[in-house]
Amino acid sequence: MLSEEERREIDEEIQNMPNRKAACIEALKAVQRHRQWVSDEGIADIADYLEMSPDEVDSVATFYNLIFRKPVGEHIIRICDSVSCWVTGYRDILNTLQETLGISLGETTADGKFTLLPIQCLGTCDHAPALMIDEDLHRDLGPDRIGEILAKYK
Amino acid sequence: MERPLTQHIRPGKEPMTLPEYEEAGGYQAVKKALKDYTPKEIQDLVKDANLKGRGGAGFNTGLKWSFVPLGDDAPHPKYLVCNADEMEPGTFKDRVLLEGNPHLLLEGMITAAYAIRADVAYIFIRWAYQLSRERLANAIKEAYEHNYLGKNIQGSDYSLDMHIHVSAGRYMCGEETALLNALEGKRANPRAKPPFPQTSGLFGKPTIVQNVETLCNVPGIVVNGVEWYKGLSHSEEGGTKLYGVSGKVKNPGCWELPMGTPIREILEEHAGGMQDGLNFRGLIPGGASTDFLVEEHLDTPMDYNSITQAGSRMGTGTMIVLDDQTCPVAMVENLEHFFAQESCGWCTPCRDGLPWTEKILHAIEHGVGQMRDLDTLSAHSKWLGPGNTFCALAPGAVEPLQSALKYFRDDFERHINEKRCPWR
Repeated sequence: MLSEEERREIDEEIQNMPNRKAACIEALKAVQRHRQWVSDEGIADIADYLEMSPDEVDSVATFYNLIFRKPVGEHIIRICDSVSCWVTGYRDILNTLQETLGISLGETTADGKFTLLPIQCLGTCDHAPALMIDEDLHRDLGPDRIGEILAKYK
Repeated sequence: MERPLTQHIRPGKEPMTLPEYEEAGGYQAVKKALKDYTPKEIQDLVKDANLKGRGGAGFNTGLKWSFVPLGDDAPHPKYLVCNADEMEPGTFKDRVLLEGNPHLLLEGMITAAYAIRADVAYIFIRWAYQLSRERLANAIKEAYEHNYLGKNIQGSDYSLDMHIHVSAGRYMCGEETALLNALEGKRANPRAKPPFPQTSGLFGKPTIVQNVETLCNVPGIVVNGVEWYKGLSHSEEGGTKLYGVSGKVKNPGCWELPMGTPIREILEEHAGGMQDGLNFRGLIPGGASTDFLVEEHLDTPMDYNSITQAGSRMGTGTMIVLDDQTCPVAMVENLEHFFAQESCGWCTPCRDGLPWTEKILHAIEHGVGQMRDLDTLSAHSKWLGPGNTFCALAPGAVEPLQSALKYFRDDFERHINEKRCPWR
């Protein structure tokens, strides 16, 4: 069942749309905001509410890289692996992150604190290399700054 | 030199509020358009100014608008969509405009929307642009409060609503028909053209999709006229252009310069040249999906026609520099990894061909490539090129590949002969 809050947020989006299905991505985002990720149950809840089949909702959910169909940690680290960051030192930043956190790309730390993911070009290439943690942008990175940045999210 | 796109940006500070922007001459284009011009006249102005689409395709903007049905028989609601899904690797120009002066974009959007008599406008923005989204939301709120949005704008008979859609990811959403599918809540696969969005776009209604920078050019044209706009440029193509440089240069950044500024001037005067101890080897001039250019091309003017003649594409106008201590094979592998990952899987050549190129490049980079792999890569450049795929993703993806094979052939062969990457 969608919570009252989730329904309210989805309803707000439906208002601006010519049909309920058009709110599918917004509904996935709303569920993820409240539950951190979208489980099979979340898919079924949305399908029910938007009068779609669960498979149809899942086909949308699995298309978009910012919708999670698996559990994730409390903080999401997204490291840019696109060309400008790659040229300016992405590999060193990634290695430092992996050593510090003890996880590889796509994994979550044992304490559930951090999930480490790659992300497409963050559009801040004049300040490469860059990464985002949750909604915060960190740029002009060097391996020596990683410890200090992670400490803010402990 | 005039900088109509960035003149009101205050680096490091909050963008102008609506009253501040009005005080500086902002929103004159909306007032003038609604008072003095018919939608058709705005279209003609923009067409005559030769404003080419700044998202990468370079199509004449006013001409694009002229395909939207006008008049009493036109289907409604009509839509104007701003493509703020800046995801082309190496591109960071729209962020400058979105964060720096959201009201200029709104002014351009409202004017453009009027030119096609759109009823609803959307800004499709990528999730990563959090500050841009926040500032746009504030600007839209102010614009409603000052009657630049909503019913009967500035006392005219024209009304417009505006919404922001924050994308759930994927490079594919930058393709205009895929973007429309995403706005409709669907998977962002591209649509067949025709019908073109101008007649059947969002929810089947006439729709124009324009890049942020393109729309930001519109107010200047309406207020100052076609001759002024053409005078800003060093080339046949009108206006100024946001050029960016990233990679190992001394001063990476983004600058508004006359259209047609030579590559060398951008690279050496503005970006400060290569970092100490490094030499220039090449660059991709307009984001990841453009062909490499090398030393011999450095005096080429950065405009759509000149860069095409040099064998590449202007794309987004934000260049990525390759230095002599970076392996060109590994750089192309990085680019093809991106495109293989971002293929939407809708058509077979792209879905299967791009991962194949990535695997071959990986093998060559790791010393297990063979000479005949180079032929396979060349064949992919052809088979994934224009006309063989559903949209422009794969043809764009093979541009840096085909040109790397041409300009850095020796480096590919060295990897294969020495069975290792000489840079590792």
